[in-house]
Amino acid sequence: MTATTPDATGHFGAYGGRFVPEALIAALDQLSAVYDEARADPEFTAELQRLLREYAGRPSLLYDAERFSGEVGARILLKREDLNHTGAHKINNVIGQALLTRRMGKRRIIAETGAGQHGVATATAAALFGLECTVYMGQVDTERQSLNVARMRLLGATVIPVTSGSRTLKDAMNEAFRDWVASVDTTHYCIGSVGGPHPFPVMVRDFAAVIGTEARQQCLDLLGRLPDSVVACVGGGSNAMGIFHAFVPDADVALYGFEAGGDGVETGRHAATITAGSPGVLHGARSYVLQDADGQTVESHSISAGLDYPGVGPEHAYLADSGRASYRAVTDAQAMDAFALLCRTEGIIPAIETAHALAGAQQVAAQAPGSTILVNLSGRGDKDVATAAKWFGLLDGSA
Amino acid sequence: MTRVRSAEVFAAARAEGRAALVGYLPAGYPSYDGCVAALEAMVEAGCDLIEIGLPYSDPVLDGPVIQQASEAALRGGAKTVDALRTVEAVAATGAAVLVMSYWNPVLRYGVDGFARDLAAAGGSGMITPDLIPDEASEWIAASEAHDLDRVFLVAPSSSEQRLASTTRACSGWVYAASTMGVTGARTATSAVAPALVERTRRCTDLPVAVGLGVSTGEQAAEVAAYADGVIVGSAFVRRLIDGEGPAGVAALTHELAGGLRR
Ligand SMILES: Cc1ncc(COP(=O)(O)O)c(C=O)c1O
Repeated sequence: MTATTPDATGHFGAYGGRFVPEALIAALDQLSAVYDEARADPEFTAELQRLLREYAGRPSLLYDAERFSGEVGARILLKREDLNHTGAHKINNVIGQALLTRRMGKRRIIAETGAGQHGVATATAAALFGLECTVYMGQVDTERQSLNVARMRLLGATVIPVTSGSRTLKDAMNEAFRDWVASVDTTHYCIGSVGGPHPFPVMVRDFAAVIGTEARQQCLDLLGRLPDSVVACVGGGSNAMGIFHAFVPDADVALYGFEAGGDGVETGRHAATITAGSPGVLHGARSYVLQDADGQTVESHSISAGLDYPGVGPEHAYLADSGRASYRAVTDAQAMDAFALLCRTEGIIPAIETAHALAGAQQVAAQAPGSTILVNLSGRGDKDVATAAKWFGLLDGSA
Repeated sequence: MTRVRSAEVFAAARAEGRAALVGYLPAGYPSYDGCVAALEAMVEAGCDLIEIGLPYSDPVLDGPVIQQASEAALRGGAKTVDALRTVEAVAATGAAVLVMSYWNPVLRYGVDGFARDLAAAGGSGMITPDLIPDEASEWIAASEAHDLDRVFLVAPSSSEQRLASTTRACSGWVYAASTMGVTGARTATSAVAPALVERTRRCTDLPVAVGLGVSTGEQAAEVAAYADGVIVGSAFVRRLIDGEGPAGVAALTHELAGGLRR
């Protein structure tokens, strides 16, 4: 398979497209046009690359995690997106969209966030570019990721806790869309993953693809060849598309996305959209959705706020159906075991989202012992210390 | 069952020299029976056309009032088949009835099957707030096959080109969203709606009804001065949330219908 390009109206095969109110179409057309124009503009590319280098700290390191590798029985290479400014891969996309916001002459930027990493990245870019910023975050998430709420407010953003529905990422996204319908003249909606209406899935993927482009070259430099497999966690799917994209044409490299299995897919309390969902429309695109027999979205469950979402980007649906990438679920418990293992073997505290990729790497290693596995270490775990301390019973000094 | 079509209703209102009144409630709120009783009262009191919302978990074009009612309807167990039964019950009164639905529940039911069952229930057509004609080939085919009105939305931000292509894809009538925003009562009528209606009329001979934000007889009269229909949703739902029941929505219908006959 060659790298995937959607058709002119944003369809990856049967998936993608634009399922939004007519009121937003003009803004989406404008965004598509401005993005196409910017991509062809060497000054835009130079400015984006300068900010990624001087501000975000790119390129990120590729780290040969020997002690973790020893524990799991395969050679694990970590692409250190946790070392970016603000602590996750989300900044790559946000810097791109902030530049486009300025190019469109818009003064305000809004975002949805789950774990708060995308919200923090957006608030950061808003401060850097002098934009007004509002971030919608489900109330459940403002509680479990309170550190990031404080970070966003320190950066000057308004954080609005969303109390409708499941009070998580899905509902934050609904609220952001409602804001945008009323504010679209002056406001850019900076979607934080590879979902939403066209052009977001392809645009966010392109901005995130720097991860895989760098990692592919770093693997060639380090190994003299490509890795056997590439592993990432999948919420909306931006860090996964970001690292997969450069490898899609490399037929010998297996691609694995790990979804949040929550209490276990069989319990129904999970966020494993591709593993256990079905095709449908949610938040502007056709893709896999967790839904009931009537097409009502089913609430997702995960210990990880950033993966706790009942949808997924349409390009993943396409890669899944075509067989180019495989998607599986790991449970909260498996993710937390992998979280602890990385802390103790490498001195790296990962985000709980990322821990799902590490648990996935353990599964791939068990299947292909001795193979070389590139893992997207999508973010760092400072924001998750309270959740992890509670999970491991560290709060009363007992452990 | 003989279906009353929206085109007949708009033509009859026009013959009386007035705009048509379109009233909305979400199916299953406050209960299946409560919703049917309220809709029957609205028809009886002078709503020309009834719009039955299919409650959806993620209604991105709805403000807090309709969100609250939809969430309550779903919690109360409202299903797609119940919405179709509501259509049937209200159509039996002789009113023209449309469904308003976000796309995923229809997709999940099966687009052709939904169209077939909607027509069989006596429905005149469907309004699709998050489906644009560009993505609607399946719905266009199904609505042709089952002879249903396809009501797409136009918005103040729609370009001339989109007004032309969207109205071409519509049948029955056109829904003009009066403001850039979600559903909900507003204190002032939209300043941009008259221009949108005029731009829309240049593209089509279909009736153009205006929705979003109308809640009083005064506002209805203002909108009726330039549009073929006045759509009222949140204000009716508000009456039910406040526990006023069929009598409350009937009183509002009288007020609005009075506005249209000034
Ligand atoms: C560190 C980290 N990884 C992964 C994700 C999941 O998002 P995506 O699947 O778009 O990469 C998040 C989302 O908040 C995150 O913060």
